Order: sequence, then C-alpha cells, then structure tokens
Amino acid sequence: MAGAATQVSLESAPRIMRLVAECSRSRARAGELRLPHGTVATPVFMPVGTQATMKGITTEQLDALGCRICLGNTYHLGLRPGPELIQKANGLHGFMNWPHNLLTDSGGFQMVSLVSLSEVTEEGVRFRSPYDGNETLLSPEKSVQIQNALEMTKRDVPGFAIGGLSGGESKAQFWRMVALSTSRLPKDKPRYLMGVGYATDLVVCVALGCDMFDCVFPTRTARFGSALVPTGNLQLRKKVFEKDFGPIDPECTCPTCQNHSRAFLHALLHSDNTAALHHLTVHNIAYQLQLMSAVRTSIVEKRFPDFVRDFMGTMYGDPTLCPTWATDALASVGITLG
Amino acid sequence: MKLSLTKVVNGCRLGKIKNLGKTRDHTMDIPGCLLYTKTGSAPHLTHHTLRNIHGVPAMVQLTLSSLAEHHEVLTEYKDGVGKFIGMPESLLYCSLHDPVSPCPAGYVTNKSASVWGVSGRVEMTVSKFMAIQQALQPDWFQCLSDGEVSCKEATSIKRARKSVDRSLLFLDNCLQLQEESEVLQKSVIIGVIEGGDVMEERLRSARETAKRPVGGFLLDGFQGNPTTLETRLRLLSSVTAELPEDKPRLISGISRPDEVLECIERGVDLFESFFPYQVTERGCALTFNFDYQPDPEETLLQQNGTQEEIKCVDHIKKIETTGCNQEITSFEINLKEKKYQEDFNPLVRGCSCYCCKNHTRAYIHHLLVTNELLAGVLLMMHNFEHYFGFFHSIREALKSDKLAQLKELIHRQAS
Repeated sequence: MAGAATQVSLESAPRIMRLVAECSRSRARAGELRLPHGTVATPVFMPVGTQATMKGITTEQLDALGCRICLGNTYHLGLRPGPELIQKANGLHGFMNWPHNLLTDSGGFQMVSLVSLSEVTEEGVRFRSPYDGNETLLSPEKSVQIQNALEMTKRDVPGFAIGGLSGGESKAQFWRMVALSTSRLPKDKPRYLMGVGYATDLVVCVALGCDMFDCVFPTRTARFGSALVPTGNLQLRKKVFEKDFGPIDPECTCPTCQNHSRAFLHALLHSDNTAALHHLTVHNIAYQLQLMSAVRTSIVEKRFPDFVRDFMGTMYGDPTLCPTWATDALASVGITLG
Repeated sequence: MKLSLTKVVNGCRLGKIKNLGKTRDHTMDIPGCLLYTKTGSAPHLTHHTLRNIHGVPAMVQLTLSSLAEHHEVLTEYKDGVGKFIGMPESLLYCSLHDPVSPCPAGYVTNKSASVWGVSGRVEMTVSKFMAIQQALQPDWFQCLSDGEVSCKEATSIKRARKSVDRSLLFLDNCLQLQEESEVLQKSVIIGVIEGGDVMEERLRSARETAKRPVGGFLLDGFQGNPTTLETRLRLLSSVTAELPEDKPRLISGISRPDEVLECIERGVDLFESFFPYQVTERGCALTFNFDYQPDPEETLLQQNGTQEEIKCVDHIKKIETTGCNQEITSFEINLKEKKYQEDFNPLVRGCSCYCCKNHTRAYIHHLLVTNELLAGVLLMMHNFEHYFGFFHSIREALKSDKLAQLKELIHRQAS
C-alpha cells in the first residue's frame, strides 16, 4: 500500500458540481453543473460537434432538443479555420452561434486527462502518464499501483476526464477500468467518461459513478440511416420499413417522430436529399438526451436500479439476456438483473 | 377554385387564386412561385428549418420523377402524399419531371411517357399515370404529356406536331379516367402546352388544350439556356394570348430572376423555385437586390456592393458542381472564395432569414471549406427566403405601378 499522500488543499478549485441525489445501491449520482454558459443537469450526454457545427442541424434545433452542452474539437478548429479567426469571431461560441456550454479539449473548461491507454496485457492495462512518461501497470488486483492516478486525484482541478477507454479493449477490461477510476476519484467533482455513447454503456457507466459522456456514435450512425430506439436501432434503409407508417419511436417527442413515419424516412433515405440525414440526427440526439433525462429522474426518485432492470429488459428482451460484462459491472455496484 | 385579377399591367397579371385545396379555403398570390422539393422534402430542410423561412409559398411542387417509384407504398398508405411527406396542410402540385435534372429523350410513345427516378425509368401509360395520381391525391397535377421535343436543339415540324397530338390524346384519356374516379375528381388537371419552337403547333396546342376542362395550363418546353429563352419569348406571348384569362398559367424550367420577369410580362403566373436550390448546390448565396425603392443612402451602399460583385463575376468561369453544371450568375456570391474567410457580415445586410440573423459569411465559408452538411442547410434557408422576397417585391411593384423600376434594377444586375 502506498504511503498516505499528503493532503493538498482542494479549496481553490471552483466547485462546479452540486450533487442533487445519489443512488443508495450503486454509485449513480444526479447533479447539476454550474458552468459559465448556464446550468447543466447530470448525468449528461454531450453531442459532438467537431468542426464548429453539429452535423447538419442548426444551433436552434440543438437548443430546442434541450441540449445545454456539447463538444467542440479545438484540434480540428486549430487547423481550420485557425485560432486567430476564432478569436476575431468572438470565440467558438460566437463563431458557431451556440449560446450554451461548450466542452473543448483545451482551454475554457480545465479538464485533465487521467491516463492514455498504452497496452492491454493479461495482467492488466499498462498506462503511460502524460505528465512524467512513467509507465504503470494497472490491474484490478493491484489497486495500490496507481500512484499517478492518486496524484492526479489530489490535483486542484474542477473535474476529471476518464479517457483512453473507447478503443479496442474488451468490455470486461473497460468496465473494470471505469469502476476503478470512479472509486478513486473524489465524489464532489464531475467524472467525464470520454467517448462513451452506446445506450447500454451509458446506463452501466452511470451506475459506476460517471456524470458526463460524449460520443460521435449517435450522430454518425444517423448519417448512415440508423435510428436509435429503446430496443436497439432501426436500419431505416432496409426494405422492411418501406410500408411502416408509424414513427421511429411512438414515445419520442422529437420533431422527426412528431411529423414523419419510418416509411417516409425510408423513401427519403433512398433519395439524394440530405434532409433524411438531418431528420435522423435530430432523432438520435433526442434519444440520447431523453435517455439521460430518464436516468436522472430515476436517480432523483430513488428507483435507479429498477430503471436499469427495465432498460435492460427492453433492450435485450429480458434482463437476464443482458451481456455478461454489463451484468458483472452492475453486480459490482449492487444492482442485480432478474 | 377561382382566379381573380386585380390588374393587368403591360401584360403582367396581378391577382389571387382563391378556394384552393380540398377544403377550398386556401389562397395563392400571382405572380408567385411554388416551393421546390426533392422526394417530397425541401432540399436539406426538415420541418423545423423549413418553418424558419419567411414567405414560403402556399403551394408545394412535387415531382412525379421522385415519387412514381413509391406508387405501391402510397397506394397502401391511402391518405395521400401530402400527409405522407409531413405536409398535410400544404397545397400540392405534381409535375412530371424535376426541372433540375434533364430528362433523357426518346422514351415517349403514343401510349406512354416515362419519368426518371432514383431506381431508373418508370414508364407510364395513361392508366398507370392516373393510378399513381389517385394514390398521391395532389391538388393539382401536370397531365401526362410529350415534352421531349425541347430536349434536342433542332425541332422538326413533324416532331412538334407529334408532341401536340400526343399530349392532347393523353389529356383526353386522363380527363376520361378522372370522370370515372371520385378520388381523382378532387384533383385539378393542368393541361400542358407543347409544340416546340413551331409557332403553328404552339398555337394549335394552346387553342385545343383551352377547349378542355382543365384547371390551368403548363407552358412546357420554354426552358433551356438564356439565349434559347430570348427566341422563345415571342412564342410565349402568342401562346398566352390564346389562353383564357381566368385560369392560371404555370411555366416549367424557368426560375432565374431576369427570366421570371420576362415571362411575367408575357402572361405567366406561376414559377418553380429551383434556382435558389441550384445556387445552394454550388456553395453560393443569392445577394441580388430587389428593393426597387430604397432610401438614397442605401442605394449608394448597395450600388457599391453590386459593382464589386459584378467585377468579381467577370473573373469567374464555369465551375463544376454535381448535378448543377451551371455558371455562377451575377445574382449570387461564391462563399468558397477566400475573401469571405474573415467577412463577419451576414450574407445580405438587412435580410431577416435565419442564416443572416444568426451567422456570418465567414462561418458559411468555413462550413463549405470543411465540407460540412450545415452549409447546405443554411444556404438553402437564405436562398429560398431571398427568392420568395423577390416574388413579394414583384407583386408590390405591380401594385404600385413600379415594375419598370424593378425590371431595370434586376437587369442592371444580370451579367
């Protein structure tokens, strides 16, 4: 066991997170982030707008869906159009005319990337710290060997990003790394899990104690004609939807579902009118936001474990048919399925 | 449906068409245009973004070329194409072809005509054509016709005569089938005037079509490039002179602002709005001025701007754009040009569209350079609104007898 690290004062970092409710079984939390461009309820899914645009939908449409924070990549924007132009345009907010919050990978919101994934071995995961280049072998059993991580948890930052876990690692390793990270991170600061966006992963990682998520998946899959639904996804280009006159999801309140049928979207997807892609982008973002909202409500109303069971039941037909990694992950925080 | 003319000035008809639609309570202004769509949707636009546009016309143009292949689906749907595409409240006009995509010639016979969709050619006899219209249930539809004579450069008299004969035969057969169908009687057939560039045949087509109980007339075969229109304008005047005053005259394939004005002066009422779409596809924004009586200060500023733009257009040659292989006109600016990279002005100063109220030229430039989908969305919103504003100004100019000023202003800007 490592020697007790010296207590560094944590007072000076701004307290951006307020915990509103906590699940009594799992590590799930509901909270509020107080950010420069308004309050954001957590857990939150942040759509990704890489090049100062949310892929074919206007900022007004994004606002109308209830989105209050999304991602911008300063790496890309640093190349095109370049930092000087962004500055002249009154920052990224001014340039793309987004009145709410933006999370970027540098500047603005000071986030620290915890580790970068180097190598997955049988023993565990070998991490390389971005700060001193030291390698650490991080295995579930050897929780004591996360000196670097420990050091970072004591740093004076407003929150933590858990990164490098949406690559090719197995789901079994994935959830264990997330669980390990959240067990070590202070409770009163937001945990942002980078690159996680599939519905099941979101629900499980909320249970494991994460608050913020981003992923290109929902918007990208929309542009391939795939609509997200509680039972998985609908590949609307397929012939089976040709005469399906119902909406994508009868429970969904987004404009696409309010105004259009699967059959129409099917026909439009086979045309060269880009509107088809925008309809699906709107819906998929709505789906993710509505999911997070439902998760949050269940935490506040102290029924998160039931919510999880219902969710898995709908997604997999029966809670017991949930993938093993997810069942294990949930069990590790006290939620049993079926 | 009833067309009432408020006034006719120099051949231009100003008025309203009332009692339109299944509920008989819609009204349309003339001169006016129809909302251009592809597969039942405004290009790039969803319900929300379309709703953001001011002045969207009351009537939407659908194309049979994009919908014919969905015949079975629409038949099973039963409730008509308006509801299917999510525009249950709009007036719908169904044309045969998409004005943007030229139709390959050689496919009209005495018994059938063809349209070209995503999955290829759809051949239609009169019965199949009417069956499709029965499934679509539009408010107006262009009758099956033979318009191929204008696909080629030279028109033989024989071919022109055939186009008139066939179109009249199709019309009579369609009218017959309409009489036998309760559903079809709720739609209005638009008779098609053909005849190529042969005056005799054009007049014959106009007179004969006018004898039939059609709801309006489509002047087909006047499209082409700007020079071909010039020669065809004389024909156009002669044709419209043969048509009854109390029925609307539509024209296909004409959408440029200068050509629109020429056609209005020759008795045309309704136009397609595909020009703003073509402008959008080449990454351009409509900027032409249609404010024929601005305050003097504005005039000076606009003039300076216009001259700047005209200078630049001289340097621009034909650009390759997918689907719209057309030259950039002097009615627009090319947002891909480097000079817009740091231009934080709106596309058009004073424009009240969503794009101009929320975004800058620099942002649109960025979206185009990075190939982002939002470029098309924002440009389409601006271009449609600008274009609909132009039509509004035509009506206002006619009302106050100022069309000459508007015409002069537009001509000054046409290269």
